[in-house]
Formats: sequence, structure tokens, C-alpha cells
Amino acid sequence: MYYFDPHIHMVSRTTDDYETLAKMGCVGMSEPAFWAGFDRGSVDSFRDYFRQLTDFEPKRAAQYGIQHYTWLCINAKEAENVELSREVIKMIPEFLDKPNVLGIGEIGLNKNTKNESTIFLEHMELAIEYNQQILIHTPHLADKYQGTRMILDMLTADSRVDPSRVLVDHVEEHTAKEVLERGFWAGMTLSPVTKCTPQRAADIIELCGAERLLVNSAGDWGPSKPTAVPDLILEMRRRGHSEALIRQVVYDNPIAFFSQSQNFTFTHPE
Amino acid sequence: MSIPLNSQEVLDREYLEIRGKILELAASLDRLERAEGCVNEDNRMSLIRQGLQILLQDANESKASQIQMLFSRVFEDNWREKFNL
Ligand SMILES: [Zn+2]
Repeated sequence: MYYFDPHIHMVSRTTDDYETLAKMGCVGMSEPAFWAGFDRGSVDSFRDYFRQLTDFEPKRAAQYGIQHYTWLCINAKEAENVELSREVIKMIPEFLDKPNVLGIGEIGLNKNTKNESTIFLEHMELAIEYNQQILIHTPHLADKYQGTRMILDMLTADSRVDPSRVLVDHVEEHTAKEVLERGFWAGMTLSPVTKCTPQRAADIIELCGAERLLVNSAGDWGPSKPTAVPDLILEMRRRGHSEALIRQVVYDNPIAFFSQSQNFTFTHPE
Repeated sequence: MSIPLNSQEVLDREYLEIRGKILELAASLDRLERAEGCVNEDNRMSLIRQGLQILLQDANESKASQIQMLFSRVFEDNWREKFNL
């Protein structure tokens, strides 16, 4: 089965991973901008990172028949540095016309602080001004519930934000329903350590339904498995779910969501 | 949408996995007891005890959701006022 990984950090992966993903049926991916594992010192560091995301990675992916898209922002962790964040936000429009840019992301919260919230709102403003879609990072572990509620508060308080153009990622059992009920798209992140297993993701699909629900691997520099989406496909099959339902979650839904971005020119392999 | 498997099939498939997970928990708790010192006052121990109790409840609400909420920080409606945002 062909699939689309809507949230995977390929800058952290080797070219061998691209090959493996292609062999497992991955034909498209979207890569949000995130934390590099250390705080960057200047706006030029982000400029180079955005060049990597908009120029180098799509070429590397194309060698394996994978169509690569990306999202730009300064992540929640580095948003604690408000001054640097504002410089990055000012610079982002330089890249919004690059052919693989789908929108602003992954913006969100990490420790749910005032500075993170301030920069979240300023990113939101940027997305509205440039009519961009938004991809959202929700915090992990004990901070997830509180941070998700804060994010939903900020998004729904602004009538200019169209929920159907916003994807809220890293949802779990206690956050998925509310995100979907408020009209947003929701993404589950499969992770061997802190987040969601393929079994729990399949449970959430059964409980919430497949509409506007996506699944991703994150595939970042931490413990993660870039081939996690095929693990979910297998789990769904083992439970006896239909191929049409599985395809909706791993292929049709991401494509339907991304198609709202004018730069999304994905061509189906079949 | 429901799970296509019936409960007998789920049990057949997951019995050994559940058994293994309970054993892991038991060994972790043993390890905590064998180690020197006392963590009974540590709030995390209370959360672990409450979590174990949730597993044994016959509740209508999802056990996984309850566990998630138990280990979550509290959300306060008035956070924007507090942050002056
Ligand atoms: Zn991410």
C-alpha cells in the first residue's frame, strides 16, 4: 500500500532511510521545522536550515521517488528566546514561495510558558497574513493536556483561523476527541518511547473514526522509527480493518489536508 | 467504528503480552523496594498507585484516557489572564 508520512524530520535521517521508506510504500512526506537538539544562535542559522528544508531535502527524497514538502517556523522550545523568534518570523516570508512549502509549522507549546504562547500567537498572525495552513506541535507527557487546551483556546479565539486548514499533531487518548470535535485535523505520532504505539493509534481510530485523522512517524533525531506508519498499516490489517479504511488514514487524509495549500502539487503514483 | 475482532480473539492475541507487561510492572516495583532509601513520599509513587487502581476499575470511561489525565498537569481556564495575553 502507498502511504504518505505527514510529519517526519528527514534532516535527522540518512539516505538509507529514504531508500527503506520508498521500499515500504512511502511516496510522499511533509517535514515541519523543529528543534535541532540544541538552541541555535542566530537568524542565519535558521535561514540555512530553511534552505536545507526547501532545497536539499526535496532533491534527496526525489532520488527515491518520494515527494517532499515542508513547513517553516521557529519551534516552541527555541520560542523561549522571544527576540530571536521575532527575527526568524520576519525572515520566513523569504521562503514561503518555495515550491515545497505548505505552511507554518510545527508551531506550538513545549512547557506551556508565556513566551511560548506569545510566539505562538505571532506565528498565527504570520499564517493569517500570508494565508498559510498551520501544523501544530502539542507538548509531550504531563504538559500535553494543558498545552493542547491552551493551543485550542488561542486558535478558536481568532475567527480568522479556519480549523479545517489546521493540523494538530501528537494527539493521544485524552486530546484527540476535542481536537476533532472543534473541526481541526488531528495527527497521531507513533513513537517507541513517550508517545503512541501502533496498537493505541488503532484504538484511537476505532474510537474517534477516521475522518480528519492522520498518522505519522515523527522520525526525528531522538528514539524514533521512521517506518512506524507501515507498523500501523499491519496492525490495522491484523485486526481485520478494510484496506479502504487504512488507506483513508495513511494516504487519502493527508493528501486531502495538504491539498488546501496552493503549493501542494502531489502526483499520485498510480 | 468498532474493533473487528471479538473479545475472545483479542484475549487470545494479547494474553501473553498483558501477562508480560504485568510482570514488568511487578519487577519494577520489586526493584524499587530492594533499592536503598524510601520514595514513599515522592508524589510520583502516589500517581503510580492511583494508576494501578484505575486499571482494576469497571468504568464506562476509557482506562487509557483516565491514566492520561492522572499523569497530566491541570488546565486552568483563566491562563490567558494570568499571562496577561
Ligand atoms: Zn515534529
